[in-house]
Amino acid sequence: MSLGALLLIVIVLAILGAVAGRRRALGLVGGDKRALHSLPGHYGQVVFLFTAVPALVLTGLWLFLAPLLIDRMSSESLVGSSLTDDTAMTLVMTDVRRIARGLEVLSANGSLSESDISQMRADFSNVRVRMAEAGVALGADVGPQVFEAAKVYRDYSNTSRVLMNIAVIAVAIAGLFWSLTRISKDYRARNASEKFTVVMLIAASLVAVLTTFGIVFSLVFETYNFFRMHSAADFFFGLVWNPQFRGGSELGILPLLWGTFYVSFVALLFAVPIGLLAAIYMAEYASKPMRSVAKPLLELLAGIPTIVYGLFALITVGPFLRDYFAQPLGLGNSSSSVLTAGIVMGIMLIPFVSSLSDDIINAVPQSLRDGAYGLGSTRSETIRQVVMPAALPGIVGAVLLAASRAIGETMIVVMGAGAAAKLGLNPLEAMTTVTVKIVSQLTGDTEFASPETLVAFALGLTLFVFTLGLNIVALYIVRKYREQYE
Amino acid sequence: MTDVAISPTKSIYNPDARTRRRNAAEMRFRLYGLSAVVVGLVALVILLWSILASGLGSFSQAFITIDVPLTASVLDKSGTRDVEELKKVSTVGYGNVLRVALMEQLARDKVDTADVSEKEIFDLLSKEAPATLRNMVLADPSLVGQTIKFKTYANGRVDGYFKGRVTLESAKLDSNITPGQLLLAERMQDAGILTSGFNWDFFFGPDASDLRPEAAGLGIAFIGSAYMMLIVLVLAVPIGVAASIYLEEFAPKNKFTDLIEVNISNLAAVPSIVFGILGLAVFINFMGMPQSASLVGGLVLTLMTLPTIIIATRAALRAVPPSIRDAALGVGASKMQSIFHHVLPLAAPGILTGTIIGLAQALGETAPLLLIGMVSFVRSFPGAPPEGFLDPAAALPVQVYNWTQRGDPAFVERASGAIIVLLIFLVVMNLVAIVLRRRFERRW
Repeated sequence: MSLGALLLIVIVLAILGAVAGRRRALGLVGGDKRALHSLPGHYGQVVFLFTAVPALVLTGLWLFLAPLLIDRMSSESLVGSSLTDDTAMTLVMTDVRRIARGLEVLSANGSLSESDISQMRADFSNVRVRMAEAGVALGADVGPQVFEAAKVYRDYSNTSRVLMNIAVIAVAIAGLFWSLTRISKDYRARNASEKFTVVMLIAASLVAVLTTFGIVFSLVFETYNFFRMHSAADFFFGLVWNPQFRGGSELGILPLLWGTFYVSFVALLFAVPIGLLAAIYMAEYASKPMRSVAKPLLELLAGIPTIVYGLFALITVGPFLRDYFAQPLGLGNSSSSVLTAGIVMGIMLIPFVSSLSDDIINAVPQSLRDGAYGLGSTRSETIRQVVMPAALPGIVGAVLLAASRAIGETMIVVMGAGAAAKLGLNPLEAMTTVTVKIVSQLTGDTEFASPETLVAFALGLTLFVFTLGLNIVALYIVRKYREQYE
Repeated sequence: MTDVAISPTKSIYNPDARTRRRNAAEMRFRLYGLSAVVVGLVALVILLWSILASGLGSFSQAFITIDVPLTASVLDKSGTRDVEELKKVSTVGYGNVLRVALMEQLARDKVDTADVSEKEIFDLLSKEAPATLRNMVLADPSLVGQTIKFKTYANGRVDGYFKGRVTLESAKLDSNITPGQLLLAERMQDAGILTSGFNWDFFFGPDASDLRPEAAGLGIAFIGSAYMMLIVLVLAVPIGVAASIYLEEFAPKNKFTDLIEVNISNLAAVPSIVFGILGLAVFINFMGMPQSASLVGGLVLTLMTLPTIIIATRAALRAVPPSIRDAALGVGASKMQSIFHHVLPLAAPGILTGTIIGLAQALGETAPLLLIGMVSFVRSFPGAPPEGFLDPAAALPVQVYNWTQRGDPAFVERASGAIIVLLIFLVVMNLVAIVLRRRFERRW
């Protein structure tokens, strides 16, 4: 039975339960609704919730936990082989899972019967050919032990599937009858169903917490694994980034951090003055029709996906800077450069800076402006000497938020900044950033247990800590500032 | 009154030097502001113009139409029209059939082929053409023995020549094409063999390998993106709305709700690539979901869009005046009933707008999808849901990235074309959001 069918059965049971619950409640009082504690619909709701929700939760938990358990059990059949260390084990288990899936495909499309599979031996029939038929490409030749483990794995997962179906339906039916029997004339069905709903609402709001937890947990866990293989001092203080697939890589984060900060700095250098001046103009000078046209247009820039900016850097800005600046000045001849990525990222950040500053400038009380005008200052003097100093903390907050955006930005730097990890000052040279290296270390065929892959998690953690820190500081400043004038 | 000489220049009608300086500074400042706005708008125009200019070409395509005699003695030696038998003839065999047919067609139309070798002539066809023809025959064995009108793509360079991307100058330096071939292509166009037309396959066809930019299409990326948006819609909206209702209407003010609030505002600021790492570590490595499946992509994008939806929904709920709640409570509704029967429907337009904007964000997101394996080359369409959610798929923005990483400049044109399609989707979604807001927004 497929998952879809199982879920459908549970839902149908729950709907039937709801109808039955309503009927039963009405039946108990001979059709006189007034004698019931709650509306008839509430009795149905209670039955529906108690039937569907526990069963669905069980399904979710089972799907989440069963693979872990099956992994452990089927890897026991590999014990005694030469695979003693953890990393080799994880690699083999990936193979085991893939073969098991391939066997499932083959038996599903009828090209292998159950007895065929149990007789199949890795050393006799050519597993690789059959697996290729099922769309599973195997790297090295499969050892008999691995193949046996895959068969065990498949058996366990099939059993687990059947058990899950039985358990889920059993739980649904149990919930259905239990809640039906609880129905009586004085049963407070509305209170029960509402309490249940509140619990579900709380669960939904916990998803955000779980996500944060998942991010931190996965980053910290894999970073810890990385630091067991590679020295932390080399990572944090190394001046060379040079991953080698044969091992012995030098994985120093400093060139990447340098690139990240350089690109972000250029971007902010571009975005902050333009964004700020545009915000000032919009808030203090622009006529109403102009504001109603220009503001949405500028904000359009914020709605454009970053991949579009990346392509813009790649096909327009990069070649332009190379042909008209880098080559004539003799400063380099690559179209991807710090300046390319910086300018394009700056364009992306203009609306971000300007809309944040706009809010902040508008929050400065009019009385401050009136006071300045009353003393005879011009508008620009008022802005420069009264509004700006008053808004400064907020604007600093906005710049920090923009900086955190710039540091975490990926597609523009992947397509515009280049891939060479360098510690240089020339803005027309290609440099690379933390995010670019996360992408390059984690895409393509990756062996999960090597320091070259795991370093991406350490980079991710660094990035996470930086952006989170910037955000917390920025939000603190902005909030503090807002309170000042409220 | 003694004559305190009031200088005639000291009047507001005659500004003194200092006032003039101050006024000039005022003008300058105003000009700075205006030019900042103009710079922003010019950047927008250049951005859109450069994408449009390089991408519009991908919507049309040079096609070559030839009469191909599918001789039974070549393609089906057994004469049984059995598909298994037909499969024995490889694409190379079909290539030979095509070459002969093309030469005959040129001779029939009296196209001068004097200075171009037969191999070069054959190279004018896309490398995809023999496979297309073979698939046609395998799908319909009764074609064998007939002469069919076969329309196929011209080679990417030939296509580029008619779009101005390839010139006779650049062809001299290009190992893949010669000026002679291009001139022949021009003569073929005069003879009506080579035509330009709208390229439907760009929208519906699958991706193609590095050497066949002319055959690459967005079909799989469309389906992958659609699946992911469906998953985001089904998961993020209920969870987001439920979370907002709790936080806005039920949550007491305590440490626990503070924790949730802080989490949500921080999640909104986490770089998108970190969500990709989360997806890779938790969904793929820990839970064993398949790589490059739209399910994993959908889940990652769901987590990413949740904060957006929650923030929008909370604003919408907050905008419903308390009098509505009070009135409902006053006539005996429970708190839950007042929210689900009255507040939520009134907040629905705002929620919907926020949802659409969140979806638009998710549709354009690229970085996290790169990490969960969506960059891999997928040639077969994913199946129907729900099983199809586990099949490898591509996504629109990732397909763009993919194409930009390939050598042939024809792929850049494709990438820009794909961006145009993506932008059209985004514009439509945002317009719908704006219209909804205008149409249903209530000011209390």
